[in-house]
Amino acid sequence: MGKPGKISGGDLVFKTLTGFCAAAVLIIMAGLFYELLRLSWPSVQKFGLSFFTRNAWNPVTQDFGALSSIWGTLVSTAIAMLIAVPLSLVIALFLVELAPPAIAKPVGYAIELLAAIPSIIFGMWGLFVFAPYMAERVQPFLSERLGFIPLFSGPPIGIGMFSAGIILALMILPFISAVMRDVFQMVPPMLKESAFGMGSTTWETTRSVTMRYGVSGLIGASFLGLGRALGETMAVTFVIGNDHSLSLGLFNPANTIASTLANEFAEASEPMYLSALVELGLVLLILTVGIQVLAQLWLRRIRHGMGGA
Amino acid sequence: MKPRPAGGRRLVDLTVRIFSGLAAVIAIFMLSWIIWEVAKKGVAALNPAFFTKLPTPPGIEGGGLANAILGSGLITLIAVAMGVPVGLFAGIYLAEFGGGSRLAAMVRFTVNVMMGVPSIIIGMFVYALLVLPVGHFSGYAGGVALALIMLPIVARTTEDMLGLVPNTLRESALALGAPRWKATLGVVLRAAKAGLLTGTILAIARVSGETAPLLFTAMNSPYWPSSLNQPTANLTVTIFNYAMSPYEDWQRAAWGASLLIMASVLAVTILTRFGFREVKR
Repeated sequence: MGKPGKISGGDLVFKTLTGFCAAAVLIIMAGLFYELLRLSWPSVQKFGLSFFTRNAWNPVTQDFGALSSIWGTLVSTAIAMLIAVPLSLVIALFLVELAPPAIAKPVGYAIELLAAIPSIIFGMWGLFVFAPYMAERVQPFLSERLGFIPLFSGPPIGIGMFSAGIILALMILPFISAVMRDVFQMVPPMLKESAFGMGSTTWETTRSVTMRYGVSGLIGASFLGLGRALGETMAVTFVIGNDHSLSLGLFNPANTIASTLANEFAEASEPMYLSALVELGLVLLILTVGIQVLAQLWLRRIRHGMGGA
Repeated sequence: MKPRPAGGRRLVDLTVRIFSGLAAVIAIFMLSWIIWEVAKKGVAALNPAFFTKLPTPPGIEGGGLANAILGSGLITLIAVAMGVPVGLFAGIYLAEFGGGSRLAAMVRFTVNVMMGVPSIIIGMFVYALLVLPVGHFSGYAGGVALALIMLPIVARTTEDMLGLVPNTLRESALALGAPRWKATLGVVLRAAKAGLLTGTILAIARVSGETAPLLFTAMNSPYWPSSLNQPTANLTVTIFNYAMSPYEDWQRAAWGASLLIMASVLAVTILTRFGFREVKR
């Protein structure tokens, strides 16, 4: 870009104005941490580390320990990742390597559309359509066959951790598979052709060439999905049942950090209750920002390494 | 390498092919299932009153969600009025002035991170800034929350789109003696107009389905939004409240509102994203 010899007054104003708008992003990010830390301070001081290790959630006695929310967030995210990562991988594989363009294109569009559906729509469908389906068909079957495993115990009511995890998986799938698709497309065709030339099947090429070449990209894609799953709010709030008890059974109602905030924040009138909820928010903010930062650094490193876009 | 019988390898390959095709079918099936159910249950709730009347108490027929439709529109309007200019300018800075500077690198990184901040946390932040100090929920706060969600999306799209504008265009404008700001606004932005418009429309579609950031900012209200300095009715929080209620007619209205939102978001996405892409490239 050519540098103008001297800067006119208008340019100075324009550059300052746009620079200020850019800096606003930094100020907002810093403000987020500051405000959440400020409001959660009473709770941080009162409960200390026990906030994370105790399971108590009693607005009446003002006693708060967030173990069940943290547990629920981690478990529902784990279920989502277990389902979404392998599915996204094979869908990306399908789109890039297997399907003819006439099929790959509309399928790619459909999966992008899945990403456009708002969280609350997933929530409505989850609560009124999917959860009853799970309660009638899937969960009785699973508890009959696999009920001896503690994970598959609990009332088959549809509402709970299991359904929430599956819906979460559906919601993060398009984001993960989009990045994985890009990763597959960044693999130099020459590498794949060499593998094919040696007589490899498509899967062999994918496993030993494409996936090995793009392994860090695939991990980065999963990280992006992970960040999304942790903070997903409305769909989970609709189907998880919002129960603060702690249990191993995935069919039991549970809660996540985000669902607890959605349900309780607006009516939290006592200062300590509000403060404890904000501390939950702060935990979620630190988790998601931490994961985003890792994912960004990670993906950036790969892009440089691969010399791609 | 020791040659292995081809049959086993072919079988593994075939299994993977079938499995990956199946995964694609599952994803499309789920998408169709959701769209079908929302459309079926939503159509049953839509009638002229839905678009023109105020909500009625449970059990009383003839109510609508006109206030929520209007409120959602107003809140989104505020979000656009604040989020788009700031995001646009931030994007212009990144593409035209920042270059490789440290500030630009930090902002670019933070924009990406900010897109990953859960929207409910944005709502909490705006609650702390605009609701707690004045002691009541307001439509303005809801608009600000949505603006904060739009901001990084618009900034990122702007930078990407301006990056596509060829440098020769900037140089010709500058060579004619135009100051930088005039070259940027009059030539570069105009060249990227279609892309910027698409990006902005997609950002609006994205926030029009947001619920979590409105829960404790705009909240909800059964009345017309006569002033935005008070709790303001909106479609998404109404869906949440009505769906959680035990009343069948409220739940029906929630389906109607869901269809309205889903149909507009999907229509906008299909028209801008796919339609535009076909024409443009």
